[in-house]
Amino acid sequence: MTAQTALVDKAPQFKHARSVRDTASGTRRLKYLLVVLAFLLPSAIPLLLFVLGPMIAAAWVSLNQWNLLAPMKFVGIDNYVNLLKDPQTGAVFLHTIYYIAGYLPLVYVGGLVLALALNTALKGRSLLRGVYFLPVITSWIVVALVWRWLLSPSNGIVNTVLAWVGIHGPGWWTDPAWSMPSIILASSWKDLGFVMVILLAGLQAIPTDLYDAAKVDGASAWQRFVSVTLPLLSPSTFFVIVISLVNGFQVFDQIYAMTAGGPDGSSESVVAEIYDLTFRYGRAGDASALSWMLFIVILAVTLIQIRGQKRWVTYG
Amino acid sequence: MNRKLVAAFAIAGAVALVMSGCASTSGTNAETGPVTITYTNFISDGANVGNLATIVKAFEKANPKITVKVKTLPYASYGTALQTDLAAGTAADVFDIDGATNYESLQANQQLAQLKGVDGSVYSPALLKTYATGGKQFGLPTSFSDVVLFYNKDLFDAAGVSYPTSSWTWTDEQAAALKITNKAKGIWGDHQPVTYNEYYKTLVQNGASFLSADGKTAAFNTPAGLAAAQWLVGKSGTTMPTIAQGQGTANFDTNLFAKGKLGMLHTGIWVFGNFAKAPANWDIAVEPGMTTPASAVFSNAVGVYANSKHIAAAQKWAVYLSSSNEEVNVRLDTGWELPTIADTAKLATYLTKGAPANRQAVFDAAKQIAPAPLLGANSSAIQDAMTAQLIEAQAGRETVQQALDNAEKKINALLAG
Repeated sequence: MTAQTALVDKAPQFKHARSVRDTASGTRRLKYLLVVLAFLLPSAIPLLLFVLGPMIAAAWVSLNQWNLLAPMKFVGIDNYVNLLKDPQTGAVFLHTIYYIAGYLPLVYVGGLVLALALNTALKGRSLLRGVYFLPVITSWIVVALVWRWLLSPSNGIVNTVLAWVGIHGPGWWTDPAWSMPSIILASSWKDLGFVMVILLAGLQAIPTDLYDAAKVDGASAWQRFVSVTLPLLSPSTFFVIVISLVNGFQVFDQIYAMTAGGPDGSSESVVAEIYDLTFRYGRAGDASALSWMLFIVILAVTLIQIRGQKRWVTYG
Repeated sequence: MNRKLVAAFAIAGAVALVMSGCASTSGTNAETGPVTITYTNFISDGANVGNLATIVKAFEKANPKITVKVKTLPYASYGTALQTDLAAGTAADVFDIDGATNYESLQANQQLAQLKGVDGSVYSPALLKTYATGGKQFGLPTSFSDVVLFYNKDLFDAAGVSYPTSSWTWTDEQAAALKITNKAKGIWGDHQPVTYNEYYKTLVQNGASFLSADGKTAAFNTPAGLAAAQWLVGKSGTTMPTIAQGQGTANFDTNLFAKGKLGMLHTGIWVFGNFAKAPANWDIAVEPGMTTPASAVFSNAVGVYANSKHIAAAQKWAVYLSSSNEEVNVRLDTGWELPTIADTAKLATYLTKGAPANRQAVFDAAKQIAPAPLLGANSSAIQDAMTAQLIEAQAGRETVQQALDNAEKKINALLAG
């Protein structure tokens, strides 16, 4: 409360309150609370209405059988039990983890390389930074269509180029073994710019005198990268990993637009399954239960990361 | 500014936000004043938006106190949108019903208002009955269509093959398709989707059936069922492009046909409009069967939302959209599927309304129907499982027999609930 009191005391309009501090501290605290609430309301209301409200509603739906049309039927934790027994649940979690395992290293390393390149005195780097960021703000539907064309097994550019060098390109989104790699590739390409911007900001915050000192000590470029850049970039790296993991667990748009979960369910992610259960199979109760299972997994993974950050993240 | 005032404004604003979010729009129950009703549809999406607008305009002219606000959605996302609207209680006053299966689920879940006092005599009795339950009418059929064999006369002439007739079998179709196919020139002989919808129909065409007589188990895993699956799957790569070549993606088949690169195409009469400006010289025939001809027929309907605030006005529009003279004329004149009227003399004018020449095939196809199997609560999951297995066979990752074995196992489990 001390820091907050200091803030309030600095405000000139609270001057008169100072004189009655001893007798009216309760009133003052209430007033202070109201002011804070007033400032929080614009973001708290949408959060309450569109995030917390639906989450609680979904928790209730997850205890019922519901086809969206007929009245709900209470079934207790049956939906959770059935999902845990269903091999499809394990499969969609595995597909999602496969996606993250491919996507995260690719997008991080790619973003880092770009950030390092654009952190130099390269000509036209401002333009390039903008160009690399463009896919981030482009709709997934558009990006997915473009990648479907690029990766078209018969006449896509990728397989055409591969054919020039004598490689018979794979069936990309038509082959169950390649559907997830196709999605990983498109997703990494799209998010590269986002990771680049975060890491670029991190790179620019590293004081140049550290590099100068390392140079004087005879450190090679590689040694400077490993001993100065990477440790001081770790807060940005941590942020990128947390955000990418949370987003990765919720992968949906690109799957919906590129493969619709196919072929033969090989690219069906957890969220794609939630969508299908609700809107294709009329099982909103099961879908809500699966949503909560996913929420618990994401929460657990994020908590572990926050705990683990002490071991490797260096602040300042 | 006074901080109390700021806080008061902020809170008042917030309360207003919450109230406007929660409160439902109030409507009037008295139908004497001007009324605006909403209509959500997929039937006009694509080539027929203008045709629907013509009908709306005529309706509003005849009913000056009623305004119809139309929302058109693509077929692919219509089901999701309707379900969401119904679950949220915000469905349109009048909305499209996608065939008999969709109707049954909507009616059973009390989403449709009963339509009282409708003059049933103007409708085709069989179609009207499809949208009635327990003798009460809950939907009105708006359009009727079937799947026929489209063919490109120029490609048939070039290959020296005679045109399809109603006595053709799969053997004739296969022979013609092989002669027309010229992969070097990018010309393909045939196209038929490898899906559940095509499969249940080809089963009937080969004297088999998808479900057992009691409807409780899968019955397609027989020699006749295998032959039907092979007929569909076997086209891929021989007379039809493969999945890798784009087969199965949206509009792939109709685009290929419109460009004059496809000899034969199995699809519904709803695509007539797509080929109006096509350079290809085309016509249609009843789809060939093997032991017997059998065609897939579809109907669409409209229903009035059970919670509509303007049921009377909504019903007026539903009746107009399904049976008025203006609607019937627009449909007949533009070839926008068929109206659902009983008047056969009026329907007969459809035969002479331009391309394709052999419109008689549309009526002939409806004489021998492959009825859609009644799949129960897991209907979508069963259809998905069947299509997925057929595609596994089409892609060569399973033999056709393996695909049927797997599909049978999955579908029996889904039928058992």
